[in-house]
Amino acid sequence: MDFAFGPEPCMAIGHDILDIGSRKAQAKRQRGALGDAMSPAPLELGMPGQFDLPNVEDPARYCRTNFASVCGTGDEHQAVKFAKGTTTLAFKFNDGIIISVDSRSTMGNYISSGTVQKIIKINPFLLGTMAGGAADCSFWERNLGMECRLYELRNGRRITVAAASKLLANVMSSYRGYGLSMGTMVTGWDETGPQLYYVDDDGTRLKGRYFSVGSGSMYAYGVLDTGYKPDLTVDEAIELGTRAIYHATHRDAASGGINNLYHMTKDGWKFIHAVDVNDLHYKYAEEKKNAMAT
Amino acid sequence: MSYDRAITVFSPDGHLLQVEYSMEAVRRGSTVVGVQGKDCVVLAVEKKAIAKLQDARTIRKIVSVDERTVLAFAGLTADARVLINKVRVEAQSYRLTMEDDPSVDYIGRYLARVQQQYTQQGGVRPFGVASLLAGVAGDQSDPDKPLLYQTDPAGTHSRWKAQVVGGRNAKSLREFLEKQYHEDLTEEACVRLAIQALLEVVDSGAKTMEICVIQRGGKKVNISEAQVDAVVKEIEAEQQEEKGRGTGAAATS
Repeated sequence: MDFAFGPEPCMAIGHDILDIGSRKAQAKRQRGALGDAMSPAPLELGMPGQFDLPNVEDPARYCRTNFASVCGTGDEHQAVKFAKGTTTLAFKFNDGIIISVDSRSTMGNYISSGTVQKIIKINPFLLGTMAGGAADCSFWERNLGMECRLYELRNGRRITVAAASKLLANVMSSYRGYGLSMGTMVTGWDETGPQLYYVDDDGTRLKGRYFSVGSGSMYAYGVLDTGYKPDLTVDEAIELGTRAIYHATHRDAASGGINNLYHMTKDGWKFIHAVDVNDLHYKYAEEKKNAMAT
Repeated sequence: MSYDRAITVFSPDGHLLQVEYSMEAVRRGSTVVGVQGKDCVVLAVEKKAIAKLQDARTIRKIVSVDERTVLAFAGLTADARVLINKVRVEAQSYRLTMEDDPSVDYIGRYLARVQQQYTQQGGVRPFGVASLLAGVAGDQSDPDKPLLYQTDPAGTHSRWKAQVVGGRNAKSLREFLEKQYHEDLTEEACVRLAIQALLEVVDSGAKTMEICVIQRGGKKVNISEAQVDAVVKEIEAEQQEEKGRGTGAAATS
């Protein structure tokens, strides 16, 4: 991966002074990347990270107004309503990190899926969560997985969480204003210990102890803020993560389905459980009834 | 037909003549010796005589490219300046993106990649520079251990325990180092060995050498002229003794 900001040798092989066609190529470059009616810009299909933009004056504004992925009913005027709506959370405690998510995906008022995997396993020591536009999250995090693997191959060691989250944040930054919707948490355990970063579609990148992201995050924060302590045992932490997601799915229409929970330890992530939140509802109701009876 | 005209052409026997000519340019440069010890890497360069009116402080042959990495080069100074600048920018870019120090291994790879790019494009010529890099973080199991890397105009890079680049006598100096080198040298022994090697090609005296040590953890230490002088005197005294003993033995037998 090329990090350099300086000028690279701009002549491609064959485009030197001996090449008769070089003047034509130079003129084409001068006309600008968008091209014009006589010679439209070359389509670069299939290149990673290259996207066709709408052939309008201000592609950023067009994407923002017509392809936005917004909460609630903000996208009613659009022909395509993107899949979104979620609750995800992650918190650091003394024995690692708990990552807990729901699995519902909505398109407007339609529940398009109840079994979305909102946790992506980037590598055995890195997990990413997905909130916001399902396609955006899914694509860019898989892309991040590819970059992390390339880093490993090139440098002979695993990428740090700080660097992985930075790569994602830089990509988001470069597409700022184009209407991407992604709120993710990149978490892992590297040589500096357990790390948790929040990365967002406008390029925000925050390091923190706990975050909750998504339409149901407010409800999850309520439970998290009440029950969080750094010295929770592993079981207590799992219970806290489960409960927070349950309460969010109970109140937020756009969250529901199954609670997937993972625990990040120094030996990598461990899958803990995938519990239907309806079952949790009856379980907690039972507990409450028993508590009241005694 | 001449095959050395354009860089992008192989000769019939598989040589890239321009690349080999650039290695010749490196041979015309001044000598650089690098020695790796147990907890340090020593870089020693030959300082060619400076004109009377020139300010010696502006001629620096061992440069910092990052907080914990230094580079010494042999060959065309102007080419080296351009390469060093690219490497410095890349090191900062790495820091910005990865929030961490670039390892000496990463810097060596980047430098080698740039040098190779200029051997495979139209209209450019290779850099006439070979460099020795000393820095840390190249070894996963021991990130504070300083390591020695070499790059050359062809764009290869490799790690060395002791290496010489530049100067007409690089080959014989390398043989000298092979004979004298052994594992786990102390810092003092490393400096000594580097100076000994340089003394084979330069006039005696501290004014003709510049020595830099990278210690464990990446600390850079420039050896002062006085210290270099002291070591040179020691080495010369020893050599005199050896010679004396040799002639003495010849006389008696």
